[in-house]
Formats: sequence, C-alpha cells, structure tokens
Amino acid sequence: MADIKSIILLALVAIIVIIPLAMYNGLGEDEGYFGGSDGAAGDAIEETGYEPWFSSLWEPPSGEIESLLFALQAAIGAIIIGYVFGYYQGQASERNKKTGK
Amino acid sequence: MHIMEGFLPWEWCLLWYLVAIPVVAYGVIRIKKITDENPESKPLLAVSGAFVFILSSLKLPSVTGSCSHPTGNGLGAVLFGPAVASVLAAIVLVFQALLLAHGGITTLGANIVSMGIVGPFAAWLVYKGVMKLNLSTSGWYASIAIFFAAFFGDWLTYVTTATQLALAFPIPTMGEAFIKFIVIFAYTQVPLAIAEGFLTVFIFRYIMKLRPDILEDLKVIFPKIRETIKAVG
Repeated sequence: MADIKSIILLALVAIIVIIPLAMYNGLGEDEGYFGGSDGAAGDAIEETGYEPWFSSLWEPPSGEIESLLFALQAAIGAIIIGYVFGYYQGQASERNKKTGK
Repeated sequence: MHIMEGFLPWEWCLLWYLVAIPVVAYGVIRIKKITDENPESKPLLAVSGAFVFILSSLKLPSVTGSCSHPTGNGLGAVLFGPAVASVLAAIVLVFQALLLAHGGITTLGANIVSMGIVGPFAAWLVYKGVMKLNLSTSGWYASIAIFFAAFFGDWLTYVTTATQLALAFPIPTMGEAFIKFIVIFAYTQVPLAIAEGFLTVFIFRYIMKLRPDILEDLKVIFPKIRETIKAVG
C-alpha cells in the first residue's frame, strides 16, 4: 500500500502543521497564541455588546474530558476507514490471485 | 467554523434552519436512492462520513497563530453530491454540539449551511468543472481536481461563517464586520485548507486504486481514467 506519492502527501501535511509551531515556538495560550478561531469569533461578537441568549445544554467539565471526546470522534472515523480499506485491499488481492497475477 | 451556542440572534437561527432543513431532507432521499441503485457504494458512504469525523476533530495550528480545524466535506461532496455531504456534516455537527459544546443546537442550522451546504456545493462544482475541462484522462488529473475541490470546500465553509456573522452583527458597518470575521476565520484557514486538500487526495487515490469501478458507477471518474490507472499499476 505504501507508495512514494502517498508519503509525500502526508509529509506535506506534517510540514504545514509544523511550520506554525516552529514560528511561534515558546509562545503559548497565555500570550494569545494557538487559541481556537471559534472562540476568537465569540469574543469579537461579545465586544459588540451582544449577550448570548442560550448556552450549551452540556459542556465537557474539563479540558481532559473534552480531549477524550475529540479523540473518540477521531477514533470512530479511523476505525471505519481502516475497516473498509482493509476489506477492499483483501478483495483486490483475492481478485489478483484468481486471475493468476 | 462553529458559531457558538446562543451566539446568533434567534431570527438568524430560524432563517438558517429554514435553509438547512430542506437540503438535509433532500440529502436523506438521495442517500436512499444512491444506496438502492448502487449497494456497493455503501462502504464509501461510510468512509466519507468517517473522513468528516476525523478531519473535523483535528484542531490544527495555523501560521496566523490560532487554531482551527479542517472540515472533510469535500470527499463526500465529490463522491455523492453536495446534498449527501450535508447529511454527513449534520451528523457530525449534532455530535459536536451535544457532546463537545462546539457549535450548538440554536446555531446548528447556520453551521449546517456553511459546512454542509456552501462548502460541499463549492467542492462539487469545482470538481465537476475541472473534470469537464477534460485536459487529461490520467489519474493524477482527477487527483488535482479533488485537491482543489477539497480546498475550496474547506475554505468557503469558513468564508460562509464569516459572512453569516457579519450579516448578524454589522457593527459598526457590515463591511468592517465582514473584514473582522474574515481575518479571524479565512486567513487562518488557508494553510489548513491546503492540508485538507492533500489529505483528501491521499484517501481518494486509495479509493481510485482499489475500487475504481464504484467511482465509475457514481460517475466520479470516467472509464478512460481507469485504463490509465491499470496501465500504471
């Protein structure tokens, strides 16, 4: 499965993610870096004097619980993609066996 | 691109719900029709949904110094059409609104419009447009088409969010508000949209290699492309 083009694609993604980390190395949330853009938009709205009229029914009680749920979300996705691609890969190698390749 | 719970006046919440509901309903009908006509495409539908699940959970740093996440909506839009991608986005947005306090139930309609309708529709248009130009019949041409589809699907999702917020909060003027929200969302998103483009090509190439027959049945690629893939692989 591993081919050079796929590795290049993933390497490019890694570079895109690493560049900002290197650019702002040593700076953190306290200096205003790496916060979420959703939250930044919320702050900008509150600056206009708007009061949110409804709040979330349930919020993750801590950052740990939030990262648990995010990891769960990604894991569900990864299991499904892995399962289907594995199944397709198996089908393909069966087909190749039959045709004597 | 999540507009937080309660952060839109109720009139806007209602309006975006009215836009989103018919599209999602049509998407459900489309899913039924596509899977009836072509049961073999079901696993790819699952992959498209799973791809949205993964990508929208990854909050990545951007060169602007803030973090945001890709959307993953381009793949589903190209494979199954924008309405089906709306359904996939709606599922993820409900999950995130209820369990993660990202986005919200009141703003769900607005978030479906950006991530589930405008983004996928743009992705689908870009893909169809590039394929229609038909400059080449090789597999890499389809890969380039899907790269741009995913890029615009992601980026226009965020431009839509900025527009929605500028419309709801035109303070001091609509133009200035638009620039303010574009700076927050759209600049940050450019490198992430490029990353999403690469990841979508990565997944798409495997599908093209393993099951080009399903892609042909869904009219995503043409038989000529399949011949060139075979010749190479």
